[in-house]
Amino acid sequence: MTLVNEPIKRAEMKPKYCRFKKNGIRYIDYKDPDFLMKFVNEQGKILPSRLSGNSWKYQKKVAQAIKRARHIALLPYLGDALK
Amino acid sequence: MNNYETVFILNPVLSEDQAKDAVDKFVKVLSGNKANVINVEQWGLKKMAYPIQKKSTGFYNLVEFTAPPETIATLETEFRRDESVMRFLTISLDKFAVAYNTRRRKGEFNRNKDKKAAQPKREREEARA
Repeated sequence: MTLVNEPIKRAEMKPKYCRFKKNGIRYIDYKDPDFLMKFVNEQGKILPSRLSGNSWKYQKKVAQAIKRARHIALLPYLGDALK
Repeated sequence: MNNYETVFILNPVLSEDQAKDAVDKFVKVLSGNKANVINVEQWGLKKMAYPIQKKSTGFYNLVEFTAPPETIATLETEFRRDESVMRFLTISLDKFAVAYNTRRRKGEFNRNKDKKAAQPKREREEARA
């Protein structure tokens, strides 16, 4: 039996996009932990833009907002099963 | 004059009145130093994401103001001097942040406000003990 890679269904792979560019969001509020939770993994680490799809401009702003939220204890520095 | 906002966390050991007095004190520091206070918000006793000074809750306060840059040093010195302030964060706002805050003040983003304000009383007493 020969091993054959499964074909990738290109039609199902949706291209990623930057939600801030798409929706015209210019400012990311560090006081809104529920929103920022979308950009951290379950340990509380900041997701790379490779996964979140953010453009570099807004990835920097997201990272800054998350770090501010951590400082004022709205988000944890270390988390355990946050989601 | 630049736009700033500051968030600070007060010790949960204080009573509600003492916390209000502390906020008034800092607002006075600001207005006594050429600052123009735009908005003061008290979020009340909130649970923190991690303990600070072995306390798990704190009184969160938000002050938005415009001030000359020298005022920030004065304000932060006051924060450091006051033992009831557990954490503070002062940031300068760009034009997008100012626009966002104006909309926020009008209550356009109030989705979970009521849910957040409801803090169980039991936790507060535990923090005091």
